[in-house]
Amino acid sequence: MNQRRLPLISGEWIDRSQPIEFTFEGTRFTGYVGDTIASALWASGQQILGRSFKYHRPRGILSLANHDVNTLMQSGQKLNIRADVTPLEDGMTLSAINTFGGVMGDRASAIEFFSPFLPVGFYYKAFNSKRLFPFWERLIRNMTGLGQVDFSTPHIRTAKRYDFCDLLVIGAGISGLSAALSAADLGADVVIVDESARAGGSGHYQLGNDPLQLEKTNELLSAVENHPRIRLYTQTQAAGYYADRWIPLLDRDRFTKMRAKTVIAATGAYEQPAVFRNNDLPGVILSSAAQRLIYRYAVKPMNRAVVLVANADGYRAVIDLITNGVTVVAVVDLRESSLKSDVAQTLEQQGISIFLGYCVYEARANPGRDGVSAAVICPIDVNGNPQTGFRQTIACDGIVVSVGWAPAANLLYQAGTKMRFNKRLQQFVPEVLPSGVFACGRVNGVFEFEQKLIDGHRAGLEAAAHLGFDSQIEVTISPELESPSHPWAIVEHPAGKNFVDFDEDLQYKDFLNAAQEGFDNIELLKRYTTVGMGASQGKHSNMSALRILARITGKTPGEVGTTTSRPFFHPVPLSHLAGRGFTPEQRTPLHSRHVKLNAKFMLAGMWQRPEYYAQSGKSREECICLEAQAVRHQVGIIDVGTLGKFEIRGADAAEFLERVYAGRYSKMKIGTTRYALMLDETGVTIDDGMIARLGAEHFYFTTTTSGATAIYRELSRLNTLWRLDCGIVNLTGARSAINLAGQYSRDVLSKLTDLDLSSVAFSYLAVRETHIQNIPVMLMRVGFVGEWGYEIHVAADSAPALWDLLLEAGFEYDICPFGVEAQRLLRLEKGHLIIGQDTDGLTTPIEAGLEWAVKMDKSFFIGQRSLQILAKRPIKQILIGFMLDPNFQGTPPQECHLIIHGNEIAGRVTSVAFSPILNRHIGLAYVKPELAAIADLISIRLSDGTIVSATITPTPFYDPETSRQQEDVTQLQEVTV
Amino acid sequence: MPFRLLKFALSKEHPEPRMFRQPDRLKSNYDAVIIGGGGHGLAAAYYLARDYDIKNIAVLERGYIGGGNTGRNTTIIRSNYLTPEGVKFYDESVRLWQDLSQDFDLNLFYSNRGHFTLAHTDSSLRTMRWRAEVNKHFGIDSELVDPSEVQKACPMIDMTCGGHAPILGALYHAPGSIARHDAVAWGYGRGADLRGVEIHQQTEVLGIQIESDRVTGIETSHGTISTPRVLCAVAGFTPRILDMVGLRSPIQIHPLQAMVSEPMKPWLDPIIVSGSLHVYVSQTARGELVMGASLDPYELHSTRSTLDFAEGLAAHMLELFPFLSHVKVVRQWAGMADMTPDFAPIMGKTAIEGFYLDAGWGTWGFKATPVCGKTMAYTVANDRNHDLIQDFSLSRFERYELVGEKGAASVGH
Repeated sequence: MNQRRLPLISGEWIDRSQPIEFTFEGTRFTGYVGDTIASALWASGQQILGRSFKYHRPRGILSLANHDVNTLMQSGQKLNIRADVTPLEDGMTLSAINTFGGVMGDRASAIEFFSPFLPVGFYYKAFNSKRLFPFWERLIRNMTGLGQVDFSTPHIRTAKRYDFCDLLVIGAGISGLSAALSAADLGADVVIVDESARAGGSGHYQLGNDPLQLEKTNELLSAVENHPRIRLYTQTQAAGYYADRWIPLLDRDRFTKMRAKTVIAATGAYEQPAVFRNNDLPGVILSSAAQRLIYRYAVKPMNRAVVLVANADGYRAVIDLITNGVTVVAVVDLRESSLKSDVAQTLEQQGISIFLGYCVYEARANPGRDGVSAAVICPIDVNGNPQTGFRQTIACDGIVVSVGWAPAANLLYQAGTKMRFNKRLQQFVPEVLPSGVFACGRVNGVFEFEQKLIDGHRAGLEAAAHLGFDSQIEVTISPELESPSHPWAIVEHPAGKNFVDFDEDLQYKDFLNAAQEGFDNIELLKRYTTVGMGASQGKHSNMSALRILARITGKTPGEVGTTTSRPFFHPVPLSHLAGRGFTPEQRTPLHSRHVKLNAKFMLAGMWQRPEYYAQSGKSREECICLEAQAVRHQVGIIDVGTLGKFEIRGADAAEFLERVYAGRYSKMKIGTTRYALMLDETGVTIDDGMIARLGAEHFYFTTTTSGATAIYRELSRLNTLWRLDCGIVNLTGARSAINLAGQYSRDVLSKLTDLDLSSVAFSYLAVRETHIQNIPVMLMRVGFVGEWGYEIHVAADSAPALWDLLLEAGFEYDICPFGVEAQRLLRLEKGHLIIGQDTDGLTTPIEAGLEWAVKMDKSFFIGQRSLQILAKRPIKQILIGFMLDPNFQGTPPQECHLIIHGNEIAGRVTSVAFSPILNRHIGLAYVKPELAAIADLISIRLSDGTIVSATITPTPFYDPETSRQQEDVTQLQEVTV
Repeated sequence: MPFRLLKFALSKEHPEPRMFRQPDRLKSNYDAVIIGGGGHGLAAAYYLARDYDIKNIAVLERGYIGGGNTGRNTTIIRSNYLTPEGVKFYDESVRLWQDLSQDFDLNLFYSNRGHFTLAHTDSSLRTMRWRAEVNKHFGIDSELVDPSEVQKACPMIDMTCGGHAPILGALYHAPGSIARHDAVAWGYGRGADLRGVEIHQQTEVLGIQIESDRVTGIETSHGTISTPRVLCAVAGFTPRILDMVGLRSPIQIHPLQAMVSEPMKPWLDPIIVSGSLHVYVSQTARGELVMGASLDPYELHSTRSTLDFAEGLAAHMLELFPFLSHVKVVRQWAGMADMTPDFAPIMGKTAIEGFYLDAGWGTWGFKATPVCGKTMAYTVANDRNHDLIQDFSLSRFERYELVGEKGAASVGH
């Protein structure tokens, strides 16, 4: 099977002692450890490795450099595997993606027959009938797409890590290695990465049979490998460049986020295809790919080659081919006159014809259509037009192309480098590099081996100097003797199929046609033709597209400019980006207690809170009802540790609170609490809580659970802005809180503390710092749920002990833990609103009935000015209470059902629940003010359109006199807000 | 094979004219000048020329047409907003969208996919019910559905989202669609050009001339022109243009990022949005997954990409669709979103006579393209705000008459 495998090649990557069995499209193949999928298949004579995107034409190896997008494969759950670079693994079951009936007999290749009907952008010009589009769309969707997702693929959690270095060198070719060594020698801590399996780059394969080059490369590599200050990572790609030299490094198992003090891009260049008819046939390959096949994988690319050249690299490739047994039947040089190098003379001596000023006009397919049977060549004129009258056909089974390069400058562009088109080199080279970023080697326009060594050395010294190491930079780079890239390796052909973009099957004429339609600047051209939008992101096509556009518009490539380069360099798997998937979850200190009590948890922001406590044999609703009843009739206990909890101290603490909250706090007595409402600058209600005064310059206050983070951020910002003499501490996580409510709450508490709990000593809304047993606590007398109650604030780590004590002490009173749902019901019965549920992004305190908590006569608070303006305007809606008929039988309304009046929207329900104690549905709703009269009826429309009638009712629904929170025996004067 | 493709095979030359001309130079005066050659600006030019016979128009574009947010968004089109003002406005837009491919004779790939906004908390369920009820009131196909409906439409989704955020229900909006965004600019551009509008690309506005609170002309990188009417439709660049005329707005610019995967065979039919997980995703006709998330949380006038964004979005994608672990992201990008405090646009006349504003498009501008064009054309032609945009005027912020679209627009897409 290994018919194309060469005898042992010095330095080959394959391990012949370890054969690997695999299948491709159902056929068994053998390769070796060290092979890529493509090299193993090519070695076995399998030339069709995939099918193209649009016409389903057979495709083989093009670059062998991670942009052979036409040879994407599927193996089990892995899709869109790049066969050209993916290491072969034992037992792989491979198939080509997006074929209809297999890669050898793809039925969809019939599309090519219709290609004259399918010009560039054809899909914009047809299928647009409103009626028929869905039909066409289904067809198109099924034809496109690449690999198949396997829904059984597990959630893969890839490790991430952070790393740091003085210098990150991207690319371990000759210049990169040289740069790393020079900087490290001066003391820099260097990381050098390369996406290939081994470092050395073209030093190992673009040899031109020069043993000295190989030796030098290996010496350099060994120096780098053994350097104490250099870390070399192969099979690691720099996936993008983000601000401040933040570079994700991707290997098979890991995603490393590297923060480098300096960066050297030694990223090399992409060899570019020549554009001629059938330039996509398997067997038409880039010279660097042919050399990689030989020197890395010991695979003979073809037997008889025509080599199309336009640079010195091409002649070196010819030597490498000949040395390794390929018969070179002709060298076709696009240039009118090339340097009469020793190489050329040697070749001529060997009887190899060199055609100067010639092009390959077309490649002919073999009868099996899996390769080349001949190259048709002809002379070109000064403008690059083929002189077809002088065609000759040369039989061969492969065409090697070496006509030019495009800099792999993606990361440099992302870094903000200004590039300039160097006409002599026919290449974009860095002109202005960002601070701390350097470039060397081919990406910098330096191609020759010795020069790359020097250029790398220079970049290394410059980076070291930037880092503050003592370095003298006196380096001169000799200019290239001849241009590495041909300005126009593009040959027109009346029958087309001269591909510019292999990903997207774009032919030369597609560009002319797009420009004719007005898409004649590079960005529009890209979007209309989709050039460079395929999976290789234009690595082999952007440069040609740019040259074509330049010629059409009469500009230079530099004037045409390039499209924006964005991450990623090569596509990055979601699993690598996602990492382990950090999903923070907040649990209160009492979480384990809730679990033991069978709590059903719900998400409140990031907090896990008990929605209710499940009881066997009872429904959710029954459980919630029982919890609520326990609070009304005995005593209940709820974990309110998720509230935002803050402390503010300082001479200006009271002043600060006066400014950020709408009420008045400076005259609060020590030992009292007060409701606090927060507004934004537009007068909208955004948060509420309780403020407790613990000292003259010391307050403790709470916010809503969901508001805690944002409010703290905003308060910190304001404190910075105003420069008042006070400091805020966020105690949300450090403190916990438990609410004890119900007529026996005082009895329970009195078992555990010596504090006088009588109303005289500890009135409603008072706050006391005391101990429960030996646990220091802060007690606030509150009444959110409408019963006698205490909010007990405690250090987080004492909360479980406190909870246990309270449950134990409450046992004789049938104490019952209750969850968020019961609390919501209880507060609704009491007519208390929840910010965020009973208010929205535009609700003012006036609308929400919270004016009592706003002191307009203060000198300043946030939102005051807006409220002053709003006070002069008619109010748009008002929060009212409503009740359904006690005998109501149907489906009750839900929150956010609309109030309808005269067929118009007149408001909405914000809260609704069945109240067991009132034995009817009660709720809160916004309505237009003119509809808000007590005892009037409102119409609520349910989701199915049914109208439910409700009566507007004053709130609180339950215990309007607040007798439940007063002393039974002696009616004492209450402190009110 | 549609018949209309026959001509391409039968004719020797490519039988298509330019979609839009490239005028040599600016004239000295125009009846109206539109700043911004994105979807909105070109649409306004198109409707001005088509419906109001105002054809002496220059559209000035600093870069290339459709190169701003028109070409950077995730192309979702829907009308299930929260406020009556928003619902009516976007509903008209969806109606226009459905006929654009035929109107333009250019296929925009307007693809009706259905749109699910997932609820992971009871508070989001509440807001969705509100939206559904308001939508239905105005005749829009929108409903709160059970988790089972989500599963039916997308059987492969992880209903527990990795156990972190179970899907409790969803707002389903059957008309939710996607379209080929670039083509929208080209379609309007071609239509406007055909009717005599001049599109000037690579032409930057440097200043706006005002005399006694009236617009009189514009200074551009290619010379000064006089005009009595200027429409500013520049999204992320709005603050810079407003500085030129001395108007203040509460607009803040935040980057909005997105990314796209390699193509794969179709598997995702509907558009899936999760506010809690900060994900929205749809699959294009080419098979790519187009993914977006919420705004960057800070003000920044830049279109740079960040790694954090890609990491966060990828993590949330895998919570919803763990089987995408091997799927690769090809590219990420960003746009500049012009955010308003109430998540509703700023449209219509301003304190300066002849200066009209089409701004505040935050993350919801693409879907509004046709209706913006239509209403702004009306407004410019009649010097009177179109009924549908009455509530979106710049002065609403002084009048405390905000629109309150936050519940439906933030991470809504």
